Amino acid sequence: MSSAIEIQHVSKQFKLYQEKYTSLKERILHAGKLPYEEFWALKDINLEIQAGKTTGILGRNGCGKSTLLKCIAGIIQPSSGQVIVRGQLAAMLELGAGMQPDLSGRDNIYLNGSLLGLSRREIDKRFDEIVAFAELEQFIDNQLKYYSTGMYVRLGFAVAVNVEPDVLLIDEVLAVGDERFQEKCLDKVKEFQKEGRTIVVVSHAPELMRKLCDEIIVMEHGNVAIVAPPGEAIRVFRETLITAGISVPDEIEDDELSDDETAPVKHVHRKAEFLSLTVDYPGFGERPYLVTGDPLRVRIEILAHEAIPSARFGVVILTEKEEVVAAQLSGELAGGDVLDEGKTGITFVFDTVPLLDGSYVANVDVRDAHGQYLAFAVPGAVFEVMNVGQESGLISMPMRTEMDSDVTSIDA
Amino acid sequence: MPALINVAKRGHSCMDVVSQTEPPLVEPLEEVSDGLTTTERLGAARGELASRVVSSRVRLGARLVEIWTSRELLMFLIRKELKVKYKGSFFGLLWSMLNPAAVLGVYYVVFKYFMKSQIPNFAIFLFSGLIVWNFFSATLNGSVNAIVANSGIVKKVSFPREILAISQVGTSLVFFFFQAIVLIIFLVGFHYAPAWNYLPLIPVAMIDLLLLTTAISILLSAMNVYLRDVKHLIEVLLQVWFWGIPIIYSYNRVYHHSKLLGWFFLADPVTPIVLAFQRSIYGKVNPLHSTYLNGGDGPILANYPYHYYFLMLGWVFLIGVAMMIVAFVVFSRIEGNFAEEL
Repeated sequence: MSSAIEIQHVSKQFKLYQEKYTSLKERILHAGKLPYEEFWALKDINLEIQAGKTTGILGRNGCGKSTLLKCIAGIIQPSSGQVIVRGQLAAMLELGAGMQPDLSGRDNIYLNGSLLGLSRREIDKRFDEIVAFAELEQFIDNQLKYYSTGMYVRLGFAVAVNVEPDVLLIDEVLAVGDERFQEKCLDKVKEFQKEGRTIVVVSHAPELMRKLCDEIIVMEHGNVAIVAPPGEAIRVFRETLITAGISVPDEIEDDELSDDETAPVKHVHRKAEFLSLTVDYPGFGERPYLVTGDPLRVRIEILAHEAIPSARFGVVILTEKEEVVAAQLSGELAGGDVLDEGKTGITFVFDTVPLLDGSYVANVDVRDAHGQYLAFAVPGAVFEVMNVGQESGLISMPMRTEMDSDVTSIDA
Repeated sequence: MPALINVAKRGHSCMDVVSQTEPPLVEPLEEVSDGLTTTERLGAARGELASRVVSSRVRLGARLVEIWTSRELLMFLIRKELKVKYKGSFFGLLWSMLNPAAVLGVYYVVFKYFMKSQIPNFAIFLFSGLIVWNFFSATLNGSVNAIVANSGIVKKVSFPREILAISQVGTSLVFFFFQAIVLIIFLVGFHYAPAWNYLPLIPVAMIDLLLLTTAISILLSAMNVYLRDVKHLIEVLLQVWFWGIPIIYSYNRVYHHSKLLGWFFLADPVTPIVLAFQRSIYGKVNPLHSTYLNGGDGPILANYPYHYYFLMLGWVFLIGVAMMIVAFVVFSRIEGNFAEEL
């Protein structure tokens, strides 16, 4: 497979001025002592983006993903190195960039189209299609200043996708307009994929990327962390987030939870107290996450101040939003109905965890025969789940497809 | 007995809707506009022909090709400029004529009646020089701000940014033609015949003017991104510059005053262009050696032979080309950081 984009030793340095001097007086006054810090937004990037594939660039804010995209688009030039782009390129970095409010929708289609590299003849040919896609038939001769924001954005997207580029760059612009229009945009992107066009998407929304991309580039501090299929790449991306101490996106920021993490296990009831609560899974210690489908072991140590008859344990798995995902009550204790006085270690085993990505909390409580809570392990043990497959959603539900043998064809 | 079929392909799970599509380029492709199938078009695009290099070093030739291929964009930008500039005003494009008309009128009255300029047919003399200057100064005033004012597209869309400065040249050129039409009406109205045999100077002077103006425009538009003073500086400079060009006085007056000063004036590349315009449009009055002796305004235009003007214009052409190269080199050097500086 040939490459559509070759990125060779690309570095980009920004000068971060503490104060910006753009007037002559200031430049002269501060000549030679401009206070700036060098900042390498991209450090010697070498990549090849395959033609006909959809590649995502994933990374935290400030990791250099947008800078890389702008270098590919030719909007900024790298400080060193070069980018080779084969085929016509269209970049959707901001929809409706360069739209003139004083001009009519019609004029703007021509202006914007030619900005994106279309010839007048090509625009003539696609004009009706663009207008229809933007759903602006009635308003096309009105000045743009009378358009609503939604109409504006629709027009921008309609022009951009009708450029029919060989290489399409998209920077977080798919989330525009109402839900129906978003669907339409995604459909268009899928159509592009079918037609074998090369697409590069920048986003920090892993789920969208998982759905769209064949391959994902994860960026970290101006470097390429990994180039891999979506599952593996998103796993690495989440790993970088965890090591950076940042909550995984798509979930809420963990506020109370993280505050409590350092708090000691509290005594709740005199009859018993939890000494420790830990989780264990294959590879624990080597990697900070559990792989979907792997077993999870929740281990507690409990100190009973007196023997507790018919003690049962409630094991609860919660999301970060404190929604209960699973709540299980333990069976009778192996050693009879009584939790003996003194220290006891118990392990609860989930043979397989169907959860997909996210951060979860395991919590354990102990209750007596009447269902009365005796103690809670607070806080719970936090664990991360990584989904290395391509599924998306909340949990993994493997599916198979059956077809009746006597039916020769089915509708798609 | 139902057959079990694994729908997921290439190891992808069936929940992944997008990747279920067939591998690219295998499906039957519909015909696209240019008669080639998408595969062929993409295939052709992947050849060496369509590849584009983004790097810190920009080759001049590649740049010029890029600008040439963007000529339609240039046309749209000029149209936009013209449309937006006078949008909503009643007289519209007429305003583009009223401003130079007012300037012409004021200078005419002041210098003809108050300053007692001895130049015969002063209006024609003034107009033939002023038309050059109007073009030059309006372009520079517009283009110095061209990139800063269009920061929205500079930051988000990729295209040769020189186009923004060049579109200002184009816009001014439209106004230039309007003024030229008025000048022709003037000549016809006054039954004033230009120097027919010198008229071939005009296209050459025009090429020089375009070259020079474009080069300075590109340079200024880029410099203004980094130093916003350039905009104000050029406004002041143009004010002074105007009086340093023989438009309301004759070049020969300068030359007779001091030969050195005369050469100094000629070093200004705008002067030969103005002289060429004056010589070919106004030139008929030349030479007026006698009026000089009679205490008149002296020879208005030098009685230089034809080839002397071409020589001067050739010199300006070289300066223009040199400046153009400088402009492109400087522009491409600092263009890489436009997006962050704006």
